[in-house]
Amino acid sequence: MNAPDGWKQQNGVPPTDTANPDYFHKVVDCQWACPTHTPVPAYIRLIAQGRFSDAYILNRESNVFPGILGRVCDRPCEPACRRDRVEDEPVAICRLKRVAADHKDDITNRLPKKPAQTNGKRIALIGAGPASFTVANDLAPLGYECTILERFDVPGGLMRTNIPAFRLPEKVLDEELGYILDMGVDLRLNSPVGSMKSLLDEGYDAVFVGTGAPKGKELDLPGRSEGGASIHIGIDWLESVAFDHVKSIGEKVLIIGVGNTAMDCCRTSLRLGAKNVKVMARKPRSFFKASPWELEDAEAENVEIIVNHSPKSFVVKNGKLTGMVFELMEYELDDKGTIVGQKVTGEEMIPCDDVILAIGQENAFDWIERDAGLEFGKWDMPVVDEVTFQSTEPRVFFGGDAAFGPKNIIWAVEHGHQAAISIHQFCEGNPVTVRPIDELKLSSTKMGMFEWRYSNSFDGAHRRVMPHVELAKRFKDLDVEVELGFTPEQTATEVQRCLNCDVQTVFDTPLCTECDACIDICPVDCLSITPNADENTLRHVLENPALNDDQTLFVSEALPFTGRVMIKDENICLHCGLCAERCPTAAWDMQEAQIIINHVEDMI
Amino acid sequence: MTSFAKPHINLKHAKRNDLGLTWHDYEGAMSTLCAGCGHDSITACMAKAFFELSIEPHRAVKISGIGCSSKTTAYFLSESHGNNTVHGRMPSVATGAAAANAGLTYIGVSGDGDSLSIGLGQFAHAMRRNVNMLYMLENNGVYGLTKGQFSASADIGSKSKKGEINLSPPIDPVTLALSLGASFVARGFSGDREQLVPLIKAGLKHNGFGLIDVISPCVSFNDHPGSTKSYAHTYQYYHPAVHADYVPMSEEIKTSYAAGEAVPVELHDGGSIILRKIDEDYDPRDRGAAYTQIAERDAKGEIVTGLLYIDESHDDMAAMNKLPARALNTMPYETLCPGSEALAALQKGYR
Ligand SMILES: Cc1cc2nc3c(=O)[nH]c(=O)nc-3n(C[C@H](O)[C@H](O)[C@H](O)COP(=O)(O)OP(=O)(O)OC[C@H]3O[C@@H](n4cnc5c(N)ncnc54)[C@H](O)[C@@H]3O)c2cc1C
Ligand SMILES: Cc1ncc(C[n+]2csc(CCOP(=O)(O)OP(=O)(O)O)c2C)c(N)n1
Ligand code: SF4
Ligand code: SF4
Ligand code: SF4
Ligand SMILES: [Mg+2]
Repeated sequence: MNAPDGWKQQNGVPPTDTANPDYFHKVVDCQWACPTHTPVPAYIRLIAQGRFSDAYILNRESNVFPGILGRVCDRPCEPACRRDRVEDEPVAICRLKRVAADHKDDITNRLPKKPAQTNGKRIALIGAGPASFTVANDLAPLGYECTILERFDVPGGLMRTNIPAFRLPEKVLDEELGYILDMGVDLRLNSPVGSMKSLLDEGYDAVFVGTGAPKGKELDLPGRSEGGASIHIGIDWLESVAFDHVKSIGEKVLIIGVGNTAMDCCRTSLRLGAKNVKVMARKPRSFFKASPWELEDAEAENVEIIVNHSPKSFVVKNGKLTGMVFELMEYELDDKGTIVGQKVTGEEMIPCDDVILAIGQENAFDWIERDAGLEFGKWDMPVVDEVTFQSTEPRVFFGGDAAFGPKNIIWAVEHGHQAAISIHQFCEGNPVTVRPIDELKLSSTKMGMFEWRYSNSFDGAHRRVMPHVELAKRFKDLDVEVELGFTPEQTATEVQRCLNCDVQTVFDTPLCTECDACIDICPVDCLSITPNADENTLRHVLENPALNDDQTLFVSEALPFTGRVMIKDENICLHCGLCAERCPTAAWDMQEAQIIINHVEDMI
Repeated sequence: MTSFAKPHINLKHAKRNDLGLTWHDYEGAMSTLCAGCGHDSITACMAKAFFELSIEPHRAVKISGIGCSSKTTAYFLSESHGNNTVHGRMPSVATGAAAANAGLTYIGVSGDGDSLSIGLGQFAHAMRRNVNMLYMLENNGVYGLTKGQFSASADIGSKSKKGEINLSPPIDPVTLALSLGASFVARGFSGDREQLVPLIKAGLKHNGFGLIDVISPCVSFNDHPGSTKSYAHTYQYYHPAVHADYVPMSEEIKTSYAAGEAVPVELHDGGSIILRKIDEDYDPRDRGAAYTQIAERDAKGEIVTGLLYIDESHDDMAAMNKLPARALNTMPYETLCPGSEALAALQKGYR
């Protein structure tokens, strides 16, 4: 062998283990980022083919509430989407989910059924939010007798009482909760649980706590008690609006806080008659907790967002709230944007008729006696295992906002899936730590010359803009859904923006003749053949160095002719298949990777 | 024919050259060659070299003959000038163009068939004249375009796809070039772009004729066991002797090489070529020694590569013939065509 001595490096990065399901899973950025690991590209392909019902069912297997989540999901998948790294904006993953839900046929006969016989195990689920409903969805079809105990006279949790109907129509909520109730779940409304001990005494085989984080945070400033009637706690106020107890609000409203609750409060105020709504933020915009799209929607409705105002006191005249005093803040930021200093530069009184406090939520476990057998830890929260969701009382499991504080619906669903697995294991007498493992199924998508079983060519279209109801029309009623959903043309374009990240580039080292054809054809220069070295060196060998360390670098085994390695930066790969198309020996192939996330039903 | 297109992606962090262009701006039409062809790899290397040198595409000229290799001028630098000439006639067209406009960068692309059979005479004279151009000879040992007949570069004993053994001795472009007085003689391999891109850059910057003989496997007709121009064979006998890097004048020579290892050769444009010897006893500035060494190594079946010979002192065609530095198309009409009286006077001089 005469090839340059430096080519055959023994030490360097070991070959990538692509048989580990996590490897290809991580390449599907959206699926990896989704708490329930929804197979996004697979359902987008189904939508592209007009198979809305199939897309809906595929979604439902992981996220249970496609219609709800297609409207209001926090969508952690979108900031993760690869499209954002090769173009300007992510695929509208969430709103495509809504397309499947809105356009599906009657799918009731494809849902899990109420079994002919129960297995005799009784499970109590406290709180009728998405967490409890997911546990019921997973366990009822297996024969478990699930009883949901809810303090209100309607099910849905915060999805019903706090998320406004102009974002999430009741019809959609009722439909998807209904599918689960039809599996033979016993829903008991107006049934607040006041004592964990007495519930445990009722002899349930397991108890799931899905009571959420129902308490809004207070802001104890001078004037708070005098102005009481016009100062509202955001989540309580939204709940009163949902239950028709509150039907109006003053003309000038201040919202304190800039999280997503604040966004719902300001927009709801506008629908109850407010004319001038200001959202007051203590810090600059980069510190806002609200999702960018929620901020956008609120600002589109002419809500004013005012930064650097820290609440100081409520101004009350003759027993009536007339305004609020704020300290004007100035912050010093370092290069990374963290606050390293702050000072007060003055004060400002802003007149108002009502104030809504939207500064956070807390859990409330006053109904769990401290001698009920559950250990309480930091912040007076019950100790809950992060994998099994079991408390220190083996019969009691937690999930959703009740487990580790307020999160969102999709996390509540994932907690529900995990708790269901634990409850099943517990009822079967198995250790709850024994859990189903993920699997990987690969299948080639090659159909012939230039023909692949997916739409591999890159489509340069930009993200479609969701059409909204006109401003004038949407304030008429509280429940006019603002988003109209994608038109067929928009859907047809948006689906093509998905890069099919689950169609993986699979490399077969012995076949490679080191001809470089794949390297030259790759439109994003994410491949190279190079002597093996440490990972940092390899990352810099690429034409566009692989600087995003969150993304994996594939390293092949030693190549047959020279002992060098094929490397690939997964970060920017378009999954266009050109490398596989060009390879004379089919060393690269485009294979669909199904990441199988097993649920409790798969353990039976 | 291909039926797919390579999309143009504007990556946020794509590398840009001094002109603000990415290397994809130096690409051309989608190649229609067989997947895996060495020629495609060389095409990419040429695009990268022009990109790295920040040559404005419209100031470059690509000229080629006939063959798969010659087709590749369509696959890079789509914004530049080009002429796909008749078989073996690329050197004449390049010579004419270089004479008419010395201000452009010339790259000729040819194959072993185009250069060593039908075009051998043209090829030899372009070297003799020291035309200021880089000549890329994409050498696969066969006539690829006409389905794989042995070419004049096929080695004795090399086997064709159908099993026929070549008995005629090969013409080696490198030793031929050395014997004809070429001033820049290199050999590369399509499979080693680490070596090839810098070689192309050096060749483009060299003043005078530069030859790079690039071993470029033909996947369809000459990549089988028994062939001496296959990927497997070339990788096995591949032997880099001298590495060349072009360093522009503006850039300080920062890289420090061990004494005696690195030899800078100053170029006309003020930049330099840094020669890094891989074989200690090889001197690319000694024509006679280079000739002997290459011949000996070739006889052993080794494929010696790198910048094998360089002579910057040699006058190029323009200097030897006192050609105007100014492009003819920028000269006033009266200067170019001084009229029938001037012609008559000139002709009188020859009588
Ligand atoms: C204003 C607002 C807007 C939001 N918007 C979004 C959004 O757009 N997208 C998103 O993903 N998430 C959003 N969230 C968060 C999301 O609603 C919650 O994370 C999610 O509903 C949590 O589900 P859960 O099942 O844990 O509990 P919850 O939905 O809170 O349900 C708990 C249920 O338990 C009942 N309960 C409580 N205590 C008892 C008891 N002792 N006995 C019986 N019943 C009891 C409650 O009445 C309630 O019905 C929002 C939250 C708020 C406050
Ligand atoms: C005058 C003339 N004679 C013969 C041919 C047929 N012909 C086309 S390409 C070619 C040989 C090309 O070989 P080479 O230059 O090695 O190119 P490759 O295809 O191998 O890259 C021949 C003989 C021609 N086109 N014109
Ligand atoms: S492009 Fe498609 S598959 Fe890839 S991350 Fe975005 S949505 Fe997921
Ligand atoms: S699929 Fe292949 S050619 Fe396409 S971007 Fe990914 S590595 Fe490059
Ligand atoms: S195209 Fe195929 S054979 Fe050629 S280098 Fe790439 S993987 Fe290897
Ligand atoms: Mg040839």
